[in-house]
This record gives sequence, structure tokens and C-alpha cells, in this order.
Amino acid sequence: MRAHTGMYVVLSIMALAAPFLGLYPVFLMKLLCFAMFACAFNLLLGYTKMLSFGHAAYFGSSAYVTGWLVTTHGWGTIEGIAAGVAVAMALGLMIGAIAVRREGIYFAMITLALSQLVFFVCLQAEFTGGENGLQGIPRGSIFGIIGLGRDRAMYYFVLAAFVAVYVLIRRIVHSPFGQILKAIRANELRAISLGYKVDRYKLVAFVLSASLAGLAGSLKALVLGFVTLSDVSQGTSGEVILMTLLGGSGTFLGPVVGANLVVTLQEYLSDLVGAWVSVIIGAIFVVCVMIFRRGFVGEIQRRFAGRAGEFAKRAD
Amino acid sequence: MMRKSMTGAFGALLGLCAYPQVAAAGDQIVIGDIDDLSGVYADVQGQGGVEAANMAIADMGGTVLGKKIIVLSVDHQNKPDIGASKFREWADQNGLNMLLGGSNTGVSIAMAKVAAAKKVPFFAVGAGGASLTGADCTAYSIHYAYDTTALGNGTASAIVKQGGKTWFFVTADYAFGTQLQEAAARVVTANGGKVLGAVRAPLGTTDYSSFLLQAQASGAQVLGLANAGTDFSNSLKGANEFGITKTMKPAALLAFISDIHSLTLQTAQGLYLTTAWYWDLNEETRAFAQRFFAKMHREPTMTQAAYYSATLQYLKAVKTVGSTDPDLVMAELKKAKINDMFTKNGYIRADGLMVHTMYVMQVKTPAESKYPWDYYKVIKVMSGEEADGSQPDPACSLAKK
Amino acid sequence: MTAVFGVPLPAILGQLMLGLVNGSFYALLSLGLAVIFGLLGVVNFAHGAFYMLGAFAAYIGLQFLGVNYWCALVLAPLAVGFLGVAIERLFLRHLYQLDPLYGLLLTFGIALIAEGIMRGLFGSSGRSYPVPDLLRGGFNLGFMVLPVYRAWVVLASLTVCGLTWFFIERTRLGAMLRAATENARLVQAFGINVPLLVMSTYGAGVALAALAGVLAAPVIQVSPLMGSSLVIVVFAVVVIGGMGSIIGAIVSGLVLGLIEGLTKVIYPEASNIVVFVIMAVVLIWRPTGLFGRE
Repeated sequence: MRAHTGMYVVLSIMALAAPFLGLYPVFLMKLLCFAMFACAFNLLLGYTKMLSFGHAAYFGSSAYVTGWLVTTHGWGTIEGIAAGVAVAMALGLMIGAIAVRREGIYFAMITLALSQLVFFVCLQAEFTGGENGLQGIPRGSIFGIIGLGRDRAMYYFVLAAFVAVYVLIRRIVHSPFGQILKAIRANELRAISLGYKVDRYKLVAFVLSASLAGLAGSLKALVLGFVTLSDVSQGTSGEVILMTLLGGSGTFLGPVVGANLVVTLQEYLSDLVGAWVSVIIGAIFVVCVMIFRRGFVGEIQRRFAGRAGEFAKRAD
Repeated sequence: MMRKSMTGAFGALLGLCAYPQVAAAGDQIVIGDIDDLSGVYADVQGQGGVEAANMAIADMGGTVLGKKIIVLSVDHQNKPDIGASKFREWADQNGLNMLLGGSNTGVSIAMAKVAAAKKVPFFAVGAGGASLTGADCTAYSIHYAYDTTALGNGTASAIVKQGGKTWFFVTADYAFGTQLQEAAARVVTANGGKVLGAVRAPLGTTDYSSFLLQAQASGAQVLGLANAGTDFSNSLKGANEFGITKTMKPAALLAFISDIHSLTLQTAQGLYLTTAWYWDLNEETRAFAQRFFAKMHREPTMTQAAYYSATLQYLKAVKTVGSTDPDLVMAELKKAKINDMFTKNGYIRADGLMVHTMYVMQVKTPAESKYPWDYYKVIKVMSGEEADGSQPDPACSLAKK
Repeated sequence: MTAVFGVPLPAILGQLMLGLVNGSFYALLSLGLAVIFGLLGVVNFAHGAFYMLGAFAAYIGLQFLGVNYWCALVLAPLAVGFLGVAIERLFLRHLYQLDPLYGLLLTFGIALIAEGIMRGLFGSSGRSYPVPDLLRGGFNLGFMVLPVYRAWVVLASLTVCGLTWFFIERTRLGAMLRAATENARLVQAFGINVPLLVMSTYGAGVALAALAGVLAAPVIQVSPLMGSSLVIVVFAVVVIGGMGSIIGAIVSGLVLGLIEGLTKVIYPEASNIVVFVIMAVVLIWRPTGLFGRE
């Protein structure tokens, strides 16, 4: 276990020092937001095996609500984020309640269709600015004490939020509740026969995941200062799936690695190859599904842990 | 366990190395171009805009104040988020000195916010929305080529005066379309006409049939097309297909010469439109058009000509003040008169609008057209004040000073 | 003028007519999706991309190879169908033993690749495809001018839907197909080449999507993103009709097109979401869909 701690210490030092290494802070914050989004998504895919194809709905709607309240109603940053997360939670509850009635691909298609509904509502509602989106969202401050206008201050705020979410997800997965989720994933019928109200557990997991995705969206809105339709679009839902899959679903660090890879790749490639970037993203998708289903972290864990692979998985 | 932690750290390190580093600002003048290079507006400016900017740089000798001038260009894909983040990134990392904004008002409004935050002069050229020098104005933005107010005052008033009293609008569903519709509707009602209704179609709609049927059901005389680029040509084609042009008169609130070219005179003849520039106005415009044609194999649109002019005027201002300091350059730009092949005696108003002559044109019939690209005849020449009013927009905070 | 809900009747009839045209596209697309799902258990996310490729095949044929519309109606679905067969052999086949979610993810990736390639080659704005000479002009129906081409679209797609239904429900090969859906191993044991059957079914489903693409080319323009938003609507149509139900796919496709048209008159703002709202209601009321068994 100590070696494990060692890795996290190294990672933390790197994260704390990153803005001083000449890295572009806005880019780093974007990475953290997407990493948080992917971790939230992984809570669902990795530990309950529910593939939501519409997670951008929570990410984006929370971003819109936060952006709108902060910009046009002068709400404080923290209150704005809280309201955004609350909306994502409510939306997760509504969509989740319908979706968890079905499983597998049905579940995926229902979440996709309902998120498209959210997309169109955002397109037409007055407060989202439609096609124009919301712009010039101020970052504000933490209860008027610490200003977030400067990139470094904002970076550490986002980093703190990310760490909190990461730790929270670990706790959830290791809690008795998380164990039941894993039991449902392994054998749903058996879980039912043991007397667990499976749908209810699934719904709670869904709502948790939606809320944390919403938090990521709200933070992204504040970091970049704008929210647009692409934040609620199907493309973003697809991206978060790719991040999780590429990094390794069902591992804690996987989504973080995946988000880093995908966002960095897009940043670089969009300058180099323009429209062809979606060909490359699509190809990565295909490769992941065909031969790389464990993802980076999953694969590394398996390779290095060798025959003790199963043991390592449990210890994580 | 140890090995696992090592691999984790290794993976993270690998990730870190890959991140973009902040580039050192070099000893050069960096001009950015953020435009729709692949979507509905790609033909309006697109690569032609970059070419026009390069022509202006060449005319300045490639350097100003001993600094080399370079152009960065990116496709915003009509997404405000891409435009704004690219602008911010260039300002933070590439030492951007000036930005040319291509088509799409929504994107330009997003970029204007960045211009204000990062203090980078921003020339909105391709975008039409008048709010860029109204509610969304900033001390660093200049609206250069045309705006929705001028389009309304040009085209809509010409049509109302000819008896087109009742209107129905098919409007592009974003900032540009709604502002264009407002401007036109204001002119229509002011001249005793009436607006019977409007329908908003998403940017990039290809099948306009259901919107057009709504327009037809309204019984209006005029079909106001508050859109542009391929949206404009698709909606006009649809109106022809459904026989709507037989009962309603289409009004092109914004049409570029590239649209007329792709629609052909057969379909477009008789349309009224308002433009800031036409290649066949005089010797100077023809000379520019000839140079442009040699490279792009098509005649320049008004915004491509404006790209040239904006780049030229910016570089001249830098030369005059002897620095790229944004505040000094903006002050110089707002002081000087603009005289080049794009316009004569243009000037930049306190709210950032470049006031200049506009033309109301009518598209020629195939019989009237004598040579390739001979498409327009001048109906009316509007002074800058006539097109845009003589006072700065009161909605702009800078106008009050 | 007669009016219903304060809306003039001609406007309603006009929008219903357009709804019928859209409904025929939905029917044709959801039919292919249902056929593929029924036999392969794969949710073909790339369906919209194949529809787009069908339209592009027609466009490329006309522009560069001199293939006219009528030939394209046959050749484009064939070409895209073979591409589908290749994809089934190379990729999909290896995923059948796994969780069906992988099939969904794989086809999502394929859709991204196809759209990206077309965007890289042709840009994201549309290319126009002319209406064939024979189908130009319009019928004056009194309440609207119905372009001849759109009437043809309705006719053609209803015919194809009918033929497909007949083939699956009433012929020997169709019976084999249905049997393989129920129990592939048993059918295999009877000496029928199930992998071949599966492969050709995927090809046929994809070809149907491509056919819809060719039909759509003159109506909406040929553009790389034409399929990506449509495919989600079609998913909703299939869920409403009941996954895997042929007749459910056809009927709900047409009906939803009409409902969408009606919404455009009564409350245009909701026309984009009405299909999804109906889907949510159907799921709460009948989780297996209107025509679904289970």
C-alpha cells in the first residue's frame, strides 16, 4: 500500500508544480475538468457497467445554469456551482428513473435520446443564448475572499475540486454501497435474489455520476468563461466514453489518463490535421474496442502485475 | 505494487511532456485570422480572406518597424467556443497583435469579449451583427465592413418603397439572423409596412421546405431571407422548388457575390442587395480584383476586400505610432481617415464602427450581363451616415463619452 | 379558409405532407436498423454514416464517374452494402461473444471515421445534387405545390419497406433469417450457413440506409454530417416501435414523421423534441416499445 501512496505523492507534486513549469494554465484546467468528467462517467460505466450515451446533458446543463446565474444574476461562484450541480442532479434523477428500467444497449439508446432532448431544450431556451451560447462568464471569487480571476488561483481551485471528487469516488467505490454496485455488475439476478432493490441502487449511482459530471461542467464554464451547445452535444458524450475506455474503465486512474490523452491529442491534432482529427479519434475508438478493451491503465496493471493480476485489481 | 506505482508515475510523466509549452513571443508582428474555413460561409471569405490579408502584408513590404509580419489562421467551424479559446490561446501564447474576425456574428461576439480581456485589437470583418458596436462593443473592437443596420437601411427600404409592404422572415437562428431581422423589421415598419411573422431556421439547414410553407401560409408579399452564405442560397432554391417565388417576392438581406455566382443569374436575377464594395466599381477596385483573381480564380467578395483594407490600415497605424501597443494603435486608428481601394474617407466612430459608403445593388438579368462576374448594377449610393446613422449606438458604453 | 386550432387547414395539410416525406426516410432507416438489430443484436450507430455515404456515393458517381441518378439508386446501395459486409467480416464478427455494448461503441467509432473522411475531402458545407430531369416540377395540390421528387420519395420508400417486410415474413429465406434470430446454433445445426446469413443481413441493412441516402440527396444536400443527427431520431423511432420489430419500425417511422409535421404547425418550437418526448412516454408506459415482444 505504501508504494501506492508513493505514486499519489509523485502525482500530487507534479500537479501542484505544473503551472510553474511553463505549462499553459487554461489548458491544464481544461484537462482537470475533463478528467473529473471522465471520473464521474467511470463511476457509472466502470462500476455498474451502465453505458450512458448522454452524459454531456448533465455536464452541459450544469455549465449553462452556473454560467447564467453568475453572469446575468450576479450570483457568487460557489452558489452558482451549487445550483448547477443541483440541476444536473435533478436531471440525472429524471432521466435515470426512465433509463434504469432497461439495461445494456436499451439503456444506452434511451440516455442518448433523452440527452438529445436536453440538447434541443438548450438550443431553444432563452437563457442559454441558443446558438450563440453564453459568453464572458466571470470567474468571481470564493465567497468574496479569494479572487479567481488570475489563472493560477483558478488552477488551484479546480485542482482542489478535482482531488476532492477523486477521493470521493474512491470512497464511494470502497463503501458498502460500492460493493453492492459491483455485485450488481457481476450478477444482477443474484443481487435481486439477495433482496437488493437493484433499480434503486442503479439510480443512486446514476444520479451521483450525473451530479459530479455537472460539477465538472460548471467548473469548465468558469475556467473558459463560456458555455456553448457543444458542451451538451452528442459529440461530448462520445468523447467522455472514449476517455474512459482509452484510459481503462473500472480503474481509478484510467479516466484521468484517458482524458489527458484525448484532450491533448485534440489540442495538437486540430492544428495539424483539421477535420481529420475525428478520423483519428474514430480510429482510436475502433482500436480500443477491438484489441485494447482494458484501456491504458487496465492493460498496464495486467501486464505488470502478471499472474497476480486479479489480486492487484482487488487491491486497487 | 512498487512496479505499479512506477508505471502510474511514468504514464503521468509521459503525459506531462506532451503538453503544449508557452511559446516565447518572438520579434514579429502576429496577425490572426479566425474564420469559417469549411462551413456555410467558407466561400464568403475562407482562404480568400487569408489571401487578401497576405496581399496587404506584401504591399507593406512584408515587414513593419523591422519586424516580420506573420499570419495565423484557424477554422472556427461556426462554434463560438472554438473561436474564443483559439483567440485566447494565441493572445496568451503566440504574442498575437491583431485579430481579423471572419464570418459568424455569434463567434465574433465571443471573440470581442476576449479582445477586451486580452487587449488585442480585433477587426470584425465578416460578421454583420450591429451589436458588435452596440451592446457588445469593446474598446478594442472595430466593426469594419458592414453591419445589419446598414443592410436593413439599404435593401429593406428599397423593397418597401417599391410596394413590398407585408413581410415574413426566414431567419438564421443565431445572433446575426435575429439582428438582421430586427434591423429590417424596423425599416419595414418605419416605412409603413408590416411584419406578419418570422421563423427561425438553424444555421446550416439544408431543407427549408417546412419553414417556407409557414412563410407561404402567412400570406405576406415579401419573403425576407435573414440569412447568408449557403443558408441563403438553399432557402432561395427551396422557395423556387415549392413555387413560393410565384406568390412572394424574395428579399436577400445579405448576399455576397459568391452566392450570386453559385446560384447563377438565372435564379438570382432582379434581387436587391446591399454591399460595401463591388469589384467592378472603379479602376482601383478592378486592379485589386485582378490581382486577387490571379490567385483565387474568383472575384473577391466585399469582406475579402475588407480583409485587405483592415490589415493594411492596421499596419499603417502601427507604422505611424511606431509600436504595436494596443492602446496607441487603437487611438491612431480612430483618428485617421481611411482611404484605400475599399473605401474613401471612411472613419472609425467612438463605438468602433467603421463608417463608410454602402451601395444598394440589383442583380442583373442574364441578358444584361456582358462579361463573366458582371452581376450588379448600382441602384443607390448611400453615405456612411445614411447607412448607419450619424450618432454612435447608445447601447455601447463607449458612445457616452 | 377553414382553420383547425386557429391554424389554416392548408398549412396543416402542407406540413403533414412534408411530415410524410420525412416519415418515409425514418421508416427506411429504422427498418434497416431493426433488421440488423434483430439478427445481430448490434445497435448500428454507423447507420447515419452509411446513409451519408449512400448520398455521397451518388454525388461522387454523378460528378466524377458520370453515373446518373437512376443507376445510383442501385449502385450506391450496392457499393455501401459491400463496405458494410467488409466491416462485418473485419470487425463486428469478433465482437458477437462480448457485451453488445462493444458493437455500439465500434460502430460509433466507424461513424466518426466515415464522417471525418468525408469532411476532410469535401468540407462540412453541403454539396448539391440535382433533381433528376424526369422528376422535376411539382403537383399543385391547391394547398401547396408538392415537388414531384418528394412524392417519388414517399412512393419509393414505401415500396421498399413493403418488399422488405414481405421478404422477411413471407419467404423461405426470410423464415431462415427469423429462425436464426431465435436460435442461431440450432439453425446452424440444420446446415444453414449462419455466419454468411449474418454477414449478408448486415450488408442488406446497410444498403437500405444507403438507399435512403440516395433518395435524400436531391432533397437535403449531400453533407458529411447529414446522418449524425438523424441517427438519434431513428434510434428513438426504433425504441418506440420496439427493438427488432420490422413492422414496428415501418409504422412508427411514418407516424412519427406525421406527428413531427403536425407539431411544426401547432407548436414549432417543440418539433425537434416531440419524438424524444413520445419515446419517454412510451418507455414509461410500455418498456418494450409499441410492437415489441418480450
